[in-house]
Amino acid sequence: MAKPQKKYTGSSVFNTTPDAAQRKKYCRFKKNGIKYIDYKDANFLLKFVNDQGKILPRRLTGTSLKFQRKISQAVKRARHIAVLPFTGDMIK
Amino acid sequence: MATKTTKSTKVESVVLNNYESVIIFTPVLSEEQLKDAVAKYRKLITENGGELIHEENWGLTKLAYPIQKKTTGFYHIYEYKAPASFVSTFELAFRRDERIMRFLSTVLDKHSIQYNVRKRNGEFNQGKNTTKQQEAKK
Repeated sequence: MAKPQKKYTGSSVFNTTPDAAQRKKYCRFKKNGIKYIDYKDANFLLKFVNDQGKILPRRLTGTSLKFQRKISQAVKRARHIAVLPFTGDMIK
Repeated sequence: MATKTTKSTKVESVVLNNYESVIIFTPVLSEEQLKDAVAKYRKLITENGGELIHEENWGLTKLAYPIQKKTTGFYHIYEYKAPASFVSTFELAFRRDERIMRFLSTVLDKHSIQYNVRKRNGEFNQGKNTTKQQEAKK
């Protein structure tokens, strides 16, 4: 029997409903010309973590690799200065 | 302002990099004590051939998780130019200081410098501030 796979469907920001799943994903940083991700901005970083505080994978957010690296760096910095929690339930 | 060369550096060959340090002070400090601590590190920057660009104080802020059994802390952010060797002395001072619960120093690249300048000018604040600025421009 196959294990029920855990799905990252925490964020409503991303189109994870089957209806919108067919729409093409895009990198919001490339599209909007954002070049720097501020690690002090908790509200912005919350878009890239799930309810438990884990960093969302690229395959869900559509972020390009270049900016995924920057997000992960920013989230980790934010955790260190207690702007974001390391873990938690329903952190949003 | 960013393109201005510093006059205070005596040796011209010393390269100044942009850094940013976030410090979390314990919430048990009084207002006066906090001011003293903040002034101490401001002085430390300028005394070691650095140049303070900007300072930001978040005041008493709630932490995302407890640090040293405290749930709040005073956040203070220094943005400064300094020679690379300064950061280690700066951080050593943080470690020795019991008033500081946590700190983080980062290098700023050209994008982050630009971002900070724009943030200071209030370009990211939507609503009241932006409309005020637009009116001021007219």
